[in-house]
Amino acid sequence: MTRLIAQCDLKHSGFRLHARLDIPAQGITAVFGRSGSGKTTLLRCLAGLERSATGLISVNNKVWQESSTGIFIPVHQRAVGMVFQQPCLFSHMTVRANLNYGLTRTPLAERRMPWDQVIEILGIGALLERYPQHLSLGEQQRVSIGRAVLSNPCLLLMDEPLASLDAPRKDEILPFIKRLNREMNIPVVYVSHSVQEIVQLADTLVLVHEGQATVAGPIHEIFSRLGLHEYLGEATGAIIDAHVIAHEAEFDLTCLEFHGRRLYVPRQSLNVGDAVRVHILSRNVSLSLAPPQAPTSVLNIIEARVVEIGAAVPGKPAVEVKLDAGCPILATITRKSLHALALSPGQCVYASIKAASLQ
Amino acid sequence: MPTELDLAPLWLSLQLASVTTVLLLLFATPLAWWLANTRARGRAVIEAMVALPLVLPPTVLGFYLLLVLGPHGALGAPWLQLTDTTLTFTFTGLVIASLLYSLPFVVQPLQNAFEALDRKPLEAAWCLRASPLDSFFSVVLPQAMRGYLTAAVLGFTHTLGEFGVVLMVGGNIPGETRVISIAIYDHVETLDYASAHWLAGILLVFTFIVLLVVYALDRHARVRVI
Repeated sequence: MTRLIAQCDLKHSGFRLHARLDIPAQGITAVFGRSGSGKTTLLRCLAGLERSATGLISVNNKVWQESSTGIFIPVHQRAVGMVFQQPCLFSHMTVRANLNYGLTRTPLAERRMPWDQVIEILGIGALLERYPQHLSLGEQQRVSIGRAVLSNPCLLLMDEPLASLDAPRKDEILPFIKRLNREMNIPVVYVSHSVQEIVQLADTLVLVHEGQATVAGPIHEIFSRLGLHEYLGEATGAIIDAHVIAHEAEFDLTCLEFHGRRLYVPRQSLNVGDAVRVHILSRNVSLSLAPPQAPTSVLNIIEARVVEIGAAVPGKPAVEVKLDAGCPILATITRKSLHALALSPGQCVYASIKAASLQ
Repeated sequence: MPTELDLAPLWLSLQLASVTTVLLLLFATPLAWWLANTRARGRAVIEAMVALPLVLPPTVLGFYLLLVLGPHGALGAPWLQLTDTTLTFTFTGLVIASLLYSLPFVVQPLQNAFEALDRKPLEAAWCLRASPLDSFFSVVLPQAMRGYLTAAVLGFTHTLGEFGVVLMVGGNIPGETRVISIAIYDHVETLDYASAHWLAGILLVFTFIVLLVVYALDRHARVRVI
């Protein structure tokens, strides 16, 4: 299996990056953390733009950097595509020339990206003869993604490519990135501080916190781990793979199913049978020991088993509880409630999830 | 125009300025790039040395050049051995002197242009498989074109007006070192004001037109050159 190994350190004035990663070099890997946590620096180390980084970086068994043996493959020989926060197009070239820049520098044997299909996926066919100054920011960023993809990289690095765009533009580009990954089969490392983007895109997740990049794994597994509140903050909560089974048009609700359980969410523009990823924030899950006897306004009540109870932190009133409902679900409850319910692993509970809380 | 007016000094000056400008653009590019990007401690020393001709009296520069380029000088002696000719009082010697004399006028605009460049497109080029040299020619150079125009114009016009250094190093040999400013000085010395007028006028108008064209281009491009 192809791996991406990054065991590197970098000291900048006052800032320290410490990465110990060994993740699959396929699918979409999201690098998540707050602003200033070192996400961009990590990406720049992978690209080879930080010459003073030390350690080991290898992709698909190819060593890009190994300080102990003095190996440092320069950026232009790494076959790495990079999409920056800003489009960074060459202003003296047309869109076509920008797109061809990396392509013409790719050895013939390595040219596998179909030009027409990339242009089609990104929807930039009408822009080819124009200059970057005359494009909107969203168009520029799509061109810059195309330019990186057409350089036939073996790894595509994206540094918050949507950060400079407004919400509708983001929604427009996100599916492109997914399609590029699936259809062109390029592994993507995607830096973001937006949980929503990550939940939509990622297969693998890397968490970065104050320069430490050591926690990584499959996104479902990471999001269902206890004790990552420090990294994830308000975004703590499990991700569930579900599919649409019905729409209730009169109530503007969509009914999903996962592992034999039903979940109501606000009406989604999806077809019955479509797969969907649901992020259930732990703070929107509450627990009770018995199913409610009287009618309740809560639509989603799911039977689950307590798997693990997070460590109580002095000074914090809340604890996290990991449940098994066919797949992991996290709930955040107060320590007082934990005490009152006398929860213990193996116990059966009923988890109430507010429909409106689903993403 | 006086019938006997000798235009050879004008052509010689244009020739000297052209050769010097071309050579300077070649040499100054790596120097300016290094100055714009290095964090080395020696940078300030090099910058000060490059700027010296801006403030030094041309006679001082010329005096030292005379020593270095002379038949017993550090450059002049090996040159004499190799080519059997001297560097002083020759066109080649003038070119070498002009290279030094006009160096800051070419290096500084280039350095400014390089420093003003956004580094991101350069990094983007590296990530698109362009080697540092390749990305310099395909990304840096086109984006620093205005800087090159300024450097070329300043280097050219400054060399064209050179006097003190030429007098010290080149003397006044017709067809070899008798450039336009020397010729004008000569005409005034011999009270031939008519010829001096013509040559001075030609130089004035020519230089003005060059600058005018540059500024006009500039306005058109909405970017300041000088």
